[in-house]
Amino acid sequence: MVIEPTFEVAEYGRWAVMRVTGEIDMATAPRLRQHVLTVTARKPDGLVLDLDRIEFIDSTGLGVMVGAAKRMRMIDGGFRIVCSQPHLNELFKITRLNEVFDLYESLEDALATVAGATIDGAGNPEGAST
Amino acid sequence: MSEDFEIEIPPTFEHLAMVRSVLSSALEAEPVLKEERLQDLRLALSEATTNAIEAHNRVGTQAAVGIRITVADKKVTVRVSDQGGGFDPSKLKKHPPVTDPERLEYERGLGVTLMRRLTDECSITPSKNGTTVTLIVHR
Repeated sequence: MVIEPTFEVAEYGRWAVMRVTGEIDMATAPRLRQHVLTVTARKPDGLVLDLDRIEFIDSTGLGVMVGAAKRMRMIDGGFRIVCSQPHLNELFKITRLNEVFDLYESLEDALATVAGATIDGAGNPEGAST
Repeated sequence: MSEDFEIEIPPTFEHLAMVRSVLSSALEAEPVLKEERLQDLRLALSEATTNAIEAHNRVGTQAAVGIRITVADKKVTVRVSDQGGGFDPSKLKKHPPVTDPERLEYERGLGVTLMRRLTDECSITPSKNGTTVTLIVHR
């Protein structure tokens, strides 16, 4: 009955972008955590979590993001979140995580200062591997 | 006039999505809440149910977690009851301020904050055997 999450990882220059869809709760958060661990182990210059198409996220999912921010800080990498959904932005405000995370309205905005990150009209990387 | 929906679930996290669906279905016929408030209550209910399941896992009971949804004209009340030994919210560990780098050490503990902030009324009533969380959202 859960809308199964998907995790699509792409490279934009030296940055990694993970698009997350579906529902993230206590049952599915371990999968998000595992994907974050896999991506951060490659030591990218930065990680963008694109949450624009997420259906549901609870405090466990927010906690995984805190862990992701910590891991990226440990390797001196950047960490950004894409989210234009008002409800999710409200959750960041309530938990004050908006003061911890760098939040962006679009993937284009999040990657604006990233060297070598080129996005086509559909929001996909140009000339990068997925 | 009010209508009650009552379910019991085994204490496993795979049932969280079903609990959220039941709430959405209960409010489909009688849309008491606006979509945004329904989203708030869905999340608060999910957090309360997660805590209840965790409490059952902690004490090692397979007993069912009870959820009752009461839809009235001007409010929706949700009660989540567990038999997980009782939870004292006053003993919750306080997070460091967000400006403190140590804040990133805390991945858990946001659930109760969300339950309280996303509902109009939130009470956590521990007893010897378990805890009942009551969440109310007004129309």
